Amino acid sequence: MPSSPLELYFPLLVQALLGIGLAIGLVGGSFLLGQKVRSKTKESPYECGMAPIGSAGERFSVKFYLVAMLFILFEIEAVFLFPWVVVFRELKMVAFVEMFVFVILIFTGFIYIWGKGVLDWSKSALTQPGSAPVAPSPNARVLSHH
Amino acid sequence: MNFYLVTMIKLGLVAFVFLTALAYLQWIERKVIAHVQLRVGPNRVGPHGLLQPLTDTIKLLTKEDLLPGHVNKFFYFIAPILSVSCALVGISVIPFGPKINVFGVETYMQLTDLNIGVLVLLAASGLGVYGVALAGWASNNKYSLLGGLRASAQMISYELPLSLAIAIPLLVYNSLSMREIVEAQNRFQFGFIPAWGIFQFPYAPFLFIAFIIFLIGAFAETNRIPFDLPEAENELVAGFHTEYASMKFAAFFMAEYANMVNICCLATHLFLGGWVPLFPAPYSDFVPVALFVASGAMMIFHGLNPRIKMDGYTLPAFGVVFIGLGLAHMAPVLKDILVPLFWFLAKAGFLLFLYIWVRATLPRFRYDQLMDFAWIQMFPASLACLFAVGFIVAWWGL
Repeated sequence: MPSSPLELYFPLLVQALLGIGLAIGLVGGSFLLGQKVRSKTKESPYECGMAPIGSAGERFSVKFYLVAMLFILFEIEAVFLFPWVVVFRELKMVAFVEMFVFVILIFTGFIYIWGKGVLDWSKSALTQPGSAPVAPSPNARVLSHH
Repeated sequence: MNFYLVTMIKLGLVAFVFLTALAYLQWIERKVIAHVQLRVGPNRVGPHGLLQPLTDTIKLLTKEDLLPGHVNKFFYFIAPILSVSCALVGISVIPFGPKINVFGVETYMQLTDLNIGVLVLLAASGLGVYGVALAGWASNNKYSLLGGLRASAQMISYELPLSLAIAIPLLVYNSLSMREIVEAQNRFQFGFIPAWGIFQFPYAPFLFIAFIIFLIGAFAETNRIPFDLPEAENELVAGFHTEYASMKFAAFFMAEYANMVNICCLATHLFLGGWVPLFPAPYSDFVPVALFVASGAMMIFHGLNPRIKMDGYTLPAFGVVFIGLGLAHMAPVLKDILVPLFWFLAKAGFLLFLYIWVRATLPRFRYDQLMDFAWIQMFPASLACLFAVGFIVAWWGL
């Protein structure tokens, strides 16, 4: 039976090294084994056989940034929940009420962003009321979600 | 025996079985979907296409490893490696059975029993987002970028209800160690109802809702149909892996399947009682025996009346192997290892089958519906469920 922290985490470490080694081995192996025939067409970005227009580094919907920010806010709440559930049976009602108040505060923010339309993906970010009009770029149609 | 030697043996076994299972999951998926759609599926390489995974691996290894000139080379290479290695780490904290005693060596059927096992698994699957996002960005292709953005937005959105749904059963078990979670379900209520999460009195209805939320979140986390927006073929070609070829392309699929296996194992331990059988011990021990012997007998029967000539040789051989496996479930030392393993694999296997079944049945979401579903429906529902269970535990302390 493992007793020391080293013995507990040793298998995890070896498994991680195994995973990384396997991944590098597979990707490197195919790099070495595979044939290499270069051509100009293969070198260009795939756009269904059409000549690519513009680069892929265009602007995209701001909603993706907003989702990432919201995720960080709410996931912190979820991370707080994990130590909370472990000691829950010892603290009982105290823990319940404290976490309830905390989550109600977070949830108020959730209702606010919901009301602001941040979670509404059916409208384009470019046509949101209150947002400054943006000059349409040639690829805006391609890159924004409708 | 030396702890490190035992660990190395276990690591080798788990790695071998896990990687073989990943390869054959692809075969099973193709076969199951083929039968749902009234086709036969792969049947050319080996008996009933059983060697297909092997040939696929060789083919993918020897395909041209395309390195397009327009990609960001470092991140283009690192993305599939990151995806696969994160997906492979998760299996190390998952227990497959109780403590066993083989030739005087006592060990857990698990690589390591960490007291933060659930968090390790969550972290490993959370890091997988980087692989997808980097692949989409580094490819320098519009389809890839959109696929990568969609994938990362979807995965982080569904991670929220998923982690809340994980916290709900943990309120009842009060531990983050996978082994203690299963031990908390290892009893029978009223003498015959197993105390699996979704059956545990009095939390059963809430834990069942949590189970459903967890499953939906799991489907979205692994980018599977109906949540496969990142690789929606008819809009984005192949999404974030449009520019990938050969083994780098296969690496994303390997990661996807490994994540599927990990998350099905986690669901089994959290909600379906791990290796706890469906009804109490001496009777439930005969279920694997009966099942294996019956399927072995069926194979021999079909082998004696083969529809194609090859079946006359292969089916009886497999039948004998299956009957032998069934009888092994009664052998003295093997029994303690195989019976819990059977119950665990049966439940995890059913969840994996569910993944494939859903893929063969459901169409794809629209993107706005997908995000609405995560934030406006699943998030409040999982919070409500969490506090319902929390209230019951705090008030009655059952």
